[in-house]
Amino acid sequence: MNIHEYQGKSILRKSGVAIPYGLVAESAEEACKAAFEIKEKTGTNTWAVKAQIHAGGRGKGGGVKIAGTPEEVKKYAGEILGMQLITHQTGPEGKKVHKVLIEQGIYYEGASSIKEFYMSVLLNRATSRNIIMYSTEGGMDIETVAEKTPQLIFREEIDPKVGIQSYQTRKIAFNLGLSGNAFKEMVRFVKALCMAYETSDATLFEINPVIKTSDDLIMAADAKVRLDDNALFRHPEYLELRDLTEENPAETEASKHNLNFIKLDGNVGCMVNGAGLAMATMDIIKLSGGDPANFLDVGGTANAQTVEAGFRIILQDPNVKAILINIFGGIVRCDRVAQGVVDAYRSVGNTGIPVIVRLQGTNAEEARQLIDHSGLKVHGAISLQEAADLVKEVV
Amino acid sequence: MGILVDKNSRVIIQGFTGSEGTFHSQQMIDYGTNIVGGVTPGKGGQMHLDKPVYNTVEEAVTTTGADTSVIFVPPAFAADAIMEAAAAGIRIIVCITEGIPTSDMVKVIAFLSDKKSRLIGPNCPGIITPGEAKVGIMPGDIHQKGCIGIVSRSGTLTYEAVDQVTKTGLGQSTCVGIGGDPIIGMSMLDIIILLMNDKQTRGIVMIGEIGGSMETEAARWIKENGTKPVVGFVAGRTAPKGRRMGHAGAIIGGKDDTAAAKMEIMSGCGIHVVESPAEIGARMASLVR
Repeated sequence: MNIHEYQGKSILRKSGVAIPYGLVAESAEEACKAAFEIKEKTGTNTWAVKAQIHAGGRGKGGGVKIAGTPEEVKKYAGEILGMQLITHQTGPEGKKVHKVLIEQGIYYEGASSIKEFYMSVLLNRATSRNIIMYSTEGGMDIETVAEKTPQLIFREEIDPKVGIQSYQTRKIAFNLGLSGNAFKEMVRFVKALCMAYETSDATLFEINPVIKTSDDLIMAADAKVRLDDNALFRHPEYLELRDLTEENPAETEASKHNLNFIKLDGNVGCMVNGAGLAMATMDIIKLSGGDPANFLDVGGTANAQTVEAGFRIILQDPNVKAILINIFGGIVRCDRVAQGVVDAYRSVGNTGIPVIVRLQGTNAEEARQLIDHSGLKVHGAISLQEAADLVKEVV
Repeated sequence: MGILVDKNSRVIIQGFTGSEGTFHSQQMIDYGTNIVGGVTPGKGGQMHLDKPVYNTVEEAVTTTGADTSVIFVPPAFAADAIMEAAAAGIRIIVCITEGIPTSDMVKVIAFLSDKKSRLIGPNCPGIITPGEAKVGIMPGDIHQKGCIGIVSRSGTLTYEAVDQVTKTGLGQSTCVGIGGDPIIGMSMLDIIILLMNDKQTRGIVMIGEIGGSMETEAARWIKENGTKPVVGFVAGRTAPKGRRMGHAGAIIGGKDDTAAAKMEIMSGCGIHVVESPAEIGARMASLVR
């Protein structure tokens, strides 16, 4: 589950990571009020106004502004709130901004120069361990840094048996070229960041940039946080962090029925049991001349109810010209699934959309008979190739 | 022959008396798997499906000589169950459970590093050596004893491949579903090495998915060391790019984790890559006959 910057920062603060003082606003007036409150608390004369959406690249898209007066905060917040923010991670349609985060400016002048670093904690699948990835090149696109100057990206692996050690945090602070108080602050920062990652059961904490202020404080200026869905049972308080406006409505509807659904742009809908077979079915649709309209995994226990729910969700998409249902029965009895398909088709009403049903496994032959004799515009298939040929015919 | 499990495997079920455990244990017993008992803490001393129930894995191992365990414990307790099995000296641990927190699996893999146990899964269908032992949840009747080894990250897509291979008449030596989670025990390469060294196996089917680098790691090894024909498929060429946030994952994951990139690398390493999953069986038959 992805969460917003302000939510991620609240987790960071609880673990002792320094963050700029900030408040969330949903209107320009609220933003202005927040600016005064932040000034009162911190004495700041600059403010950051930041769009809260689940995507990176907000600055380039016009979703982050620096304001010099509370009136400017109000003006920028008014512009950003409600805008359709387009970044390289939102897709061409962009994302509507519902909230802005107003923060104290931390790029103030002082005794030493300001520096920007990059730091993330995440799982390295290749080693089954968490690693800290960090760089002196903060505040910019880190993928470009990785490509052009890979020597400027450092990695530190965390041994799960003992956790992050002090020698590692010192090494990180040295590699980032810090000394004096900034060094000590960075050592503390890294430990607190790891603590936030571990206690929240996250799979990603990405801070870009980490700021060394002109008075040698180390602060997280941004936070991209992904929490592990499988660990949410340990953190009931995180359930309310889910932002349904960030999700496709059809996908939210599907998740209520325990269906794993992703909307795509093609013309052939599909419903499959198992994620691997679902992806393979999409590949077959493409090879047969169609384009998959969705990914839909009905899970291991496909039954009449889940089939009907999936059917209705697919049919909401006006681009769908045909539907391929591919169930490898295994222990599930195919004739029961077939009955579910027929019942769902009847209860949804005559859509005129051809449905190809491929059922394989226990009682596959009975299932095919049931479908072929239903009198509906449903084609039965048993082998995968047969199903592919039927898709080709229909498309 | 075959790998990992056979008719001599002495199998226990962790989470024996739960609904999933009960259903699939009965299926395994019906298949002929040598189930010697099960573990459900607090129900030790009872009988279930005519097999003894133990409170701990250690007790089950001491009493029955079990060397293989299948885990049906709910996600919150599954990591603990894996470690209990490893601590008791179980040789092959198959974890069926889906939805184990990633942080738990990081600890499990570290825990296993100095144990002799091998972990299959989690979130996998398990292992079957047809005609000898079914140690998992796959439908037994689509399998047939034969000469093709199958390794896959998927569940139902593995059944698809099995079914096609059975219909060619070649049958299977051993099929292993290694699981689709980001962190799993035995890798695709681990299984392929075992299959290359297995006398019964004459050809190998490897089925991958988008994400991770397990397929390319296996492909590079096959190029240098392969002695048997390998048919490969990677699901997800039409899958949308993950809606990721941030960039760290892309740097760690590398650029070779798309289905197209993996298929290209696999082809380059001499693997017979099929475009359509419907061609897996036919391609294998053309190579082994």
